[in-house]
Amino acid sequence: MNRIEVQQKVLSENDRIAKSLRDRIRENGIYCPNLISSPGAGKTLLLERTLAMFPPDTGVAVLTGDIQTDNDAKRLAKYGFPVRQICTGGSCHLDARMVEQALEAEAWNLAGLHYLFIENVGNLVCPSSYNLGENDKIVILSVTEGEDKPLKYPATFSRAGLVIINKIDLLQYVQFDIGKAKENVQKVHPGAEILEVSATTGANLDQWYAWLEKKRAGCAQDRSTAAVS
Amino acid sequence: MHEMGIATSVLDAAQNEAKRHPGSKLLKVGLRIGEWSGVDPDSLRFCFEALVLGSDNAPTLEIEFRPRQNRCPSCGTVFALKDFEINCPTCGAASTEPVSGDELELAYVELEEL
Repeated sequence: MNRIEVQQKVLSENDRIAKSLRDRIRENGIYCPNLISSPGAGKTLLLERTLAMFPPDTGVAVLTGDIQTDNDAKRLAKYGFPVRQICTGGSCHLDARMVEQALEAEAWNLAGLHYLFIENVGNLVCPSSYNLGENDKIVILSVTEGEDKPLKYPATFSRAGLVIINKIDLLQYVQFDIGKAKENVQKVHPGAEILEVSATTGANLDQWYAWLEKKRAGCAQDRSTAAVS
Repeated sequence: MHEMGIATSVLDAAQNEAKRHPGSKLLKVGLRIGEWSGVDPDSLRFCFEALVLGSDNAPTLEIEFRPRQNRCPSCGTVFALKDFEINCPTCGAASTEPVSGDELELAYVELEEL
């Protein structure tokens, strides 16, 4: 018998594809967020609000993942930007190959894009294992869920570049301690950035838009710096 | 929920490693799974065993579970997190850094030379 040390990430093939996606995203100065939440936390409505905010000449494209149906793509297509539905056909998360294949099928001109939004399948567990080449994982938690969600799903919340607490317009109707929720986010991810918004009423969405613009400006800056050096 | 996909990736990676040693047979697969990897070891084992069921001399799976541990840069203490408490239990420093708990790695394979 012969033991061979391998020491290799199980998802190294996914990571390899994610890295090549990441390189393409960086070279084109695109900001690419990967939106992750449980089903029904408001990812699609937040995206609708976001798309409605952009001037029509902004370079925006959206990939939206679901196990079945193209309902979300239909909702998002109303805003005039290119949208592609990824139907995973049973899989509970997007992986890098699905994103690569979707980009190949659409043949979007990446050089003209400012933002590439990826809406993951509604699930707080599995999407955290699969890098998609994104700049940030953005985790959305709604006040109709428990404030202990960050403690129950530390893998996801600890990898979040931003946590958005959504549906704050419902705070008065539900037993959700927002202070406690933010404390729990900080426990699993010290220093995490948190925004409190309502995609329904539009409350604090200006902060979300400002965050996106700041991130995109950083990506454009990185590209021009790379071009000079 | 995604453990079947992970189990498939594990088996693929292990079989690829075995192929690099012609004439050998895969006996055992050693995995390292972190507490915060988002993968459930029992569920993964169930999926792995379902995948190899019925094959001759199915390989066995050994899982090394790695707890979430942080290291204190001030005094060097390495400690397992309890109730998400990240302050150093020895010196009280607040800015400790994760050193384990995110792993999802193929650690080793055991092969029999035929």
